[in-house]
Amino acid sequence: MTDTSLPAPPPKWQLPDLGLLGWMSVAILVFWTFVALFAPWLAPYEESTILTNQSFAPGEDGNQMLLGSDYLGRDVFSRLIYGARLTLGLALAATLLAFVFGVTLGFVAGILGGRTDDVMSRINDAFVSFPSIMLALILVSAFGSSLWLLVLTIGFIEATRVYRIARSLAQNIMVMDFVEVSRARGESLWWILKNDVMPNAFIPLSTDFGLRFTYSILLLSSLSFLGLGVQPPFSDWGSMVKENMAAMNYVLFYGIQVAAAPILPAVCIFSVTLANNLLVDWNLSRSQKDISGELID
Amino acid sequence: MTALLRVNGLRIEGRRNTRAPYSEIVRGVSLQVDRGEVLALIGESGAGKSTIALASMGYAKPGCRFSGGEVMFDDLSVLDLSLEQKRAIRGVRISYVAQSAAASFNASLRLDDQITEVSLAHGFGTRAEAEERMVDLARRMQLPDPEHIVRKYPHQVSGGQLQRLMAVMAMNARPDLLVLDEPTTALDVTTQVEVLAAFKDTIRDSGAAAIYVTHDLAVVAQVADRIHVLLGGETVEEGTVEEILHNPQEPYTKRLMAAVRPPPKHCSGGAVAGNGAASDLVIDVRGVDAGYGKKIDGSPAVKILHDISIEIPRGSVVGVIGESGSGKSTLARVISGLLPPSAGEIRLDGEALPGDVKSRSRDQLRRIQIVMQMPDVAFNPLKTVGEALERPLEFYLQMDAERRRTRVAELLRMVELPPEFATRRPQALSGGQKQRVNLARALAAEPEVILCDEVTSALDTVVGAQIIDLLKKLQTETGVTFVFISHDLSTIASFADKVVVMYGGEVMEQGPTEEILTPPHHDYTQLLLNSVPEMRVGWLEEVRNA
Amino acid sequence: MLGMLILRRIALGLATLFIVSLIVFAGTEVLPGDVAAAVLGQGATPETLAAYRAEMNLDRPAYERYAEWFFGLFTGDLGNSLATQRPVADIIAPRLPKTLMLGGFAALFAVPLAVGLGLYAAMRPGSWFDRSLTTGSIAVVSAPEFLVATLLVLAFAVELRWLPAIARISTDAGFWEIVVALTMPVLTLTAAVLAPMMRMTRSAILNVLSQPSIEMAILKGVPRRTIILKHALPNAIAPIINVIAVNLAYIIGGVLVVETIFSYSGVAKLMVDGVASRDIPVVQACAMFFCAIYILFNLMADVVSILANPRLRHAK
Repeated sequence: MTDTSLPAPPPKWQLPDLGLLGWMSVAILVFWTFVALFAPWLAPYEESTILTNQSFAPGEDGNQMLLGSDYLGRDVFSRLIYGARLTLGLALAATLLAFVFGVTLGFVAGILGGRTDDVMSRINDAFVSFPSIMLALILVSAFGSSLWLLVLTIGFIEATRVYRIARSLAQNIMVMDFVEVSRARGESLWWILKNDVMPNAFIPLSTDFGLRFTYSILLLSSLSFLGLGVQPPFSDWGSMVKENMAAMNYVLFYGIQVAAAPILPAVCIFSVTLANNLLVDWNLSRSQKDISGELID
Repeated sequence: MTALLRVNGLRIEGRRNTRAPYSEIVRGVSLQVDRGEVLALIGESGAGKSTIALASMGYAKPGCRFSGGEVMFDDLSVLDLSLEQKRAIRGVRISYVAQSAAASFNASLRLDDQITEVSLAHGFGTRAEAEERMVDLARRMQLPDPEHIVRKYPHQVSGGQLQRLMAVMAMNARPDLLVLDEPTTALDVTTQVEVLAAFKDTIRDSGAAAIYVTHDLAVVAQVADRIHVLLGGETVEEGTVEEILHNPQEPYTKRLMAAVRPPPKHCSGGAVAGNGAASDLVIDVRGVDAGYGKKIDGSPAVKILHDISIEIPRGSVVGVIGESGSGKSTLARVISGLLPPSAGEIRLDGEALPGDVKSRSRDQLRRIQIVMQMPDVAFNPLKTVGEALERPLEFYLQMDAERRRTRVAELLRMVELPPEFATRRPQALSGGQKQRVNLARALAAEPEVILCDEVTSALDTVVGAQIIDLLKKLQTETGVTFVFISHDLSTIASFADKVVVMYGGEVMEQGPTEEILTPPHHDYTQLLLNSVPEMRVGWLEEVRNA
Repeated sequence: MLGMLILRRIALGLATLFIVSLIVFAGTEVLPGDVAAAVLGQGATPETLAAYRAEMNLDRPAYERYAEWFFGLFTGDLGNSLATQRPVADIIAPRLPKTLMLGGFAALFAVPLAVGLGLYAAMRPGSWFDRSLTTGSIAVVSAPEFLVATLLVLAFAVELRWLPAIARISTDAGFWEIVVALTMPVLTLTAAVLAPMMRMTRSAILNVLSQPSIEMAILKGVPRRTIILKHALPNAIAPIINVIAVNLAYIIGGVLVVETIFSYSGVAKLMVDGVASRDIPVVQACAMFFCAIYILFNLMADVVSILANPRLRHAK
């Protein structure tokens, strides 16, 4: 009478059903990755070459500048392409840094528990009780904002947030019965971490990676926009918005296309964060439960 | 007699989440409830019994929808009613008692407000009248201090009281039909009897009809007039209680009956002394205290176990019985080393065993294995059955890959599963299959003792019975000692050589099964014995009159 | 017991504020090494550097300066600005009401709107309204504040010329003048905070609506309105308040960008300028101001949660 019918094998991996918006998001991210990787080959000009002495020259056939010039007479189109490299590169580096430290420390605290966890988490709580941009300003005013300091600053701030999630994930997994079984077997903490905790934390952490990457881009861009992030001669999208804000005063004389210099970099940021957020949202809403139809009208 | 409720060819579809497709979960069920009659819907998990019961109120659970058939209540076609019309019959003409009163009462509102709301929302008399009915019924439900208990908030009263208050709420507007959805399942056995009796009286006194949803045949025997057996959303058979209990027609019903263990009282007879001389103990627990939280003066903040001493003879089956909060699972954790004791000692084969897993030798660890209660969470979801079984072989016995694979196939055969299971992920397996693999994993270590912590409580009755049969077979084949922890006295009595009765973190009594089950009993053991419902009509009355 | 819990929570808030002050001080004073060199630039001689340090008390041990600064926070003695030599308190004082007004207006506008929309969407999950609101809110939350602000300026200041691109409020400004000056800043802040607040409200309400007690109320035949108002809302208050408090972080972040774009002379603008010029006392004071507000609101949210919890309110 035993039920010995063999259950189905796990389904083969197949393309997820992302929907139109989802696939467009993937396309946008692939596009920007490509642009960032091959910027020098894609950009018609060097990012710092001054091509004209006219600020915000409109993009006409004569000057060979697709989107016109910026406040110093540099090619906006080329600078957008190089900006992708810096913006995405710095944000990615910061997110990776945040995950390496946040996840490692979060796992250590979550798995060891006790006094170690108490001390680590109290210290972390102190940093989490700052709004993240406030913490960024304090760190920037203390250390300055060279490129690698920016990566460290943003990485540190995001790490304090990642720590919390990694810690609670580890804690939740550690009290699962299958971990108890491993512990009762006599497995070392390292084995449990490697075989039980890490693989099962991977999927929730990858969703969080998407979110953190978005936050890193927005934090970096905001800092740059405030003039406290990426400093000349480098420029990311955020600093391009800042340095070209003066174009707004030229709109009356040259027409609306002049506003491309400050607005397009902001739109580029928007395209990346939107694509990211749509994918994260798709991932989160996959298993949404129904509520009673009778509460709906 | 005219039918109060008629369900014809009811079909209901459900989906797991908003992105999942709908699939049929009730496939054309027809049934009928007459005035003043109690119909029991019985079946195992996934049988669709509470979904059908709720359909009588025109209610589809979140994620479910009606896809066919009709429900006639009096002359109303319930499924065709508008929301407003459905609202008009709910609570006053048909009312509902949920499984978990603790979750179903609103934590933010006082009990009396919630109870009288049923009447007031439908303009059924004044508040004073509703209050009078409430207090009156609370008194008849034998709730202590009825005038005051209803003025409390849900978290301020006990689980058993809350469950009775839920019935008081359901009856407040004097409905014609009561829908009771596993109303005593969440309660401990000793509490269940009182609540069951209170329900039965109330239903009888009010003259209301009822649909009683449960998986427990012994409970059904006490309260129902007729039984409707369901399997996978379809009707298996229907009949009076006598017919179904004593003369089931369908193989499934027969299996269901066979799975119910006879109550322990009838176990007495030729006593077979526990095999293995008392001196040959595998495990000897001596004066153990244990608990959780910070230690203050060497004793934990929340102490669960108090001075526990238990002797476990080699090659025997020792049953540990207790209700929730008795400390029986904590005992398993202490023996396995997951929770080091704060006092006392544990001896394995006569040698003192370190309290903490970390200080035990690999061989000591191998000799004691633990099997956990919930098969769904007992396995790392990302590893195959084969990988889960190979790990102890590698860890304890240092087998090479070749021998591990052969041994995994053997282990699967021992638990009556085909060797192909090794390539499957645990979440694809059914509950019973998982629990078999769970046992195989413990056996892989070639242990001397296997601690089974409520291994059948998450399973349906029939599947649970199969696991017990398997345990017996394994015990004979391998001679391994089982410590079987359970809240179910019938199961323990049916195969344990020795019984340990626990209550409030203490051992009430222990001894060979015969001795424990033969009078005179310890008071608490007596209470437990009296509380196990028997699968016959009239048992409840006998217990109450005794 | 309830009182004890609240007192403990308040004590925790004060402790947090104390730790935050330590971090602010350490971050801005101890770590940068040589503030004097940073301020005076590379041309400074050792003599001028030493004189400057003495004047600014930088030659004293850090803990002494911290203690002085910390107690100064309570007495209003916040030190002198390195850039202008004026007392920081005097610089901040006229700016405080401006920033509070900007943030306050944004909160007054955004909170009811976000909670209302979130509630409305939660009552119709999966509907056309819900789906477009959800997708729309993802778009809004993805847009950096400066994109929203720039587009607003382009539309209302440059093209339509309805509103000024610079938000300046004179000391004797009338109500209408304030409204005109603050419309775009408030709209930008609203955009920043609306979407996350609405989404979190929606999921908090959905969470409450999927509880068994709500199903029970339906099966009791309680009218839908009563279910929402009497059964769901009391249980949703604590999560919603929490959502609002969490989202204040977005307002604080947004204020920094908004005040900069619209050249609004509030505390946030002062702080941004202070960081750029490394005017440490100013940065410290502004950071403490924002963090104190943030911690205060989180504290209030927790106290409301404690008060709204029936298990704590009605002890056994």
